[in-house]
Amino acid sequence: MTTSAHQKMWEELNLDIPAHDGLLAVLGKFYNDIYLSQSGRLKGMEYLDFVLSEVHGLRIKELQDAKAAGRKIIGTFCVFVPEELTLAAGAVHVGLCSGAEVGSDKAEQLVPRNTCALIKSFIGFKLARLCPFTESCDLVIGETTCDGKKKAYEAFADHVNMEVLEVPQRKTASDRALWKSEVIRYKAVLEELTGNTITEEKLQAAIKLVNEKRRALQRLNRLRHADPAPISGRDALLINQVSMYDDPVRFTQSINTLCDQIEERIAAGEGVVPAGTPRLLLSGCPMAVPNWKLPFIVESSGAVIVGEESCIGSRNTRDLVSEEATSMDAMIDALVDRYLQIDCACFTPNDERQDNLKTMVNDLKADGVLHYSLMFCQPYEHEALKTEKTMHQEQVPVLSISTDYSMEDVEQLKTRIEAFIEMVS
Amino acid sequence: MALFGGIDIGSRSIELVVRDPHQVISRKKTATTFDPQAQIRRLSQGLVFEKLVATGYGRALVEKAGICPDIETITEIKAYGLGAHDLFPLAQTVLDIGGQDTKAIALMGSKVAKFEMNDRCAAGTGKFLEHLATVFQIPLEEFGHYALEGSQRLEINAMCTVFAETEAVSLMARGTNPHDIALGLHSSIVKRTLTMLTRVGANQPLLFAGGVANNPCVIQLLTEALGSAPLIPEEPEMVGAHGAALHAIR
Repeated sequence: MTTSAHQKMWEELNLDIPAHDGLLAVLGKFYNDIYLSQSGRLKGMEYLDFVLSEVHGLRIKELQDAKAAGRKIIGTFCVFVPEELTLAAGAVHVGLCSGAEVGSDKAEQLVPRNTCALIKSFIGFKLARLCPFTESCDLVIGETTCDGKKKAYEAFADHVNMEVLEVPQRKTASDRALWKSEVIRYKAVLEELTGNTITEEKLQAAIKLVNEKRRALQRLNRLRHADPAPISGRDALLINQVSMYDDPVRFTQSINTLCDQIEERIAAGEGVVPAGTPRLLLSGCPMAVPNWKLPFIVESSGAVIVGEESCIGSRNTRDLVSEEATSMDAMIDALVDRYLQIDCACFTPNDERQDNLKTMVNDLKADGVLHYSLMFCQPYEHEALKTEKTMHQEQVPVLSISTDYSMEDVEQLKTRIEAFIEMVS
Repeated sequence: MALFGGIDIGSRSIELVVRDPHQVISRKKTATTFDPQAQIRRLSQGLVFEKLVATGYGRALVEKAGICPDIETITEIKAYGLGAHDLFPLAQTVLDIGGQDTKAIALMGSKVAKFEMNDRCAAGTGKFLEHLATVFQIPLEEFGHYALEGSQRLEINAMCTVFAETEAVSLMARGTNPHDIALGLHSSIVKRTLTMLTRVGANQPLLFAGGVANNPCVIQLLTEALGSAPLIPEEPEMVGAHGAALHAIR
């Protein structure tokens, strides 16, 4: 982590400099232990290493430069916020910090103790003045994907400029109509904030651009069908994490370059682990930077993660927006339809997630499913039970884990994960 | 003849099973203490192993103790599965209640088909009994007998050791018979255990292992709940080390 060069910028963003220095030091060490210690990594991962090392540095500088050029910064916490519209309005779309145990004591003044770690984290990052992304935002977009977030945004709105999109809970015609009205409202909010009109040409270009990003990530996921696994689950998770805040054009290009290298590796019959290494599919709640706890335990215990059935994973990349539409109305419809395909546990019923899981297990030749719920995340803790039932019918073993960002349960998790790997081996 | 060992480093005690390729030669046990490596060395003093298999939460420590060049580690889930199947080949389910965790394991032969384990919270484990025996000022070994003298089974709702103690203390303050309270506490462990057992199927015969399988009250309550007596090995806390030693001769 470079620090001195960005010191002035962080001061201008009013970060808590000593605490922020401490955070970067911990993150750097963590990254070193979990990422840089891996052997047989792809050359293309150097780009990701660089981007992560500059996560609070050069990328923030880019955001400041964009602001200086008159662009607006939109912060989000969820894959439901249509990035296509943000980009078509000439704004920058970034995911905000929510993956580390930061400022919990402060966060608990705004939300109850029994709130998931992700919510506590984004509030903690704001109250402790540690997230330069949040501090760079002109507008933060929330969404009603769970009760915890819904209520947390009410409190959060006292601290940031905030707008909440209503995501329906079912997928009937009236739900679609509600979601469509929210997508249209988001367009109007963006136009008012930026002073730019979202034209058909701009939206069409943005749809193509975001589709290209998703296509690159789909390509990566397809390459992971190979045995031996050509890339570690940790690296693939990092790629998905970085996709949330990096410049989309540059990111897409880098991932395609990386995929070229993966293809060479597969053609040579090589992998990051020997063929026959137990393959696990990670499924459930999103893992934001630097929440690498479970993947690290799994991959230090003799297995490899071959897929992430998660919002920071396939849930965000599986579906594309139709590119056939050219009129504004038709493009809005295409966006509405694409986003309503998201199989988030906030929907009821949500059987398509179980179908998608079965497909992933088959395609990726997974030996087992590791279901991860954040403690107190009711939607995913419920669906952990559903997933166990589905996979039982498929005769695929499932280990269901409910945890948070703290490290105190690492030893117990190790025992359970190692035992699960022994079981599927 | 070459010696093989299985060592189970638990939160409270360390067990060692020494065997040759054909049979068990000796079994030893000691407290874990805060210097488990020294305890491991003490336990294996004078023994030269061809291979040693370590299990239990402290399994990674054995390598550092430098007592054998060929060391492999397996989880206690696998070790209990192997040990249980060898001792009782018909066993379908293993329940292990140890010092700080509870495991319910469904077996398919000697292989683990499914398992459940408590998370970071040690409620309903040996620790829970140990702590509450101290509150009652009764030696841990006698706590089960003490509880069996209770006649009325009280509902103790709290699963957390700290809350259970509060509940027990307030019952005492109301003049409730302490034997009944102790019975209620034992019953709360069994209730929690049954939830885990149900999740893995709880097929019989069921083998009950781990230190808590020495407690007569837990055994009786478990027998009532299951409808038949669980199988209990001679030294129930040795099953993990027994399984590890078996893995060593493979």
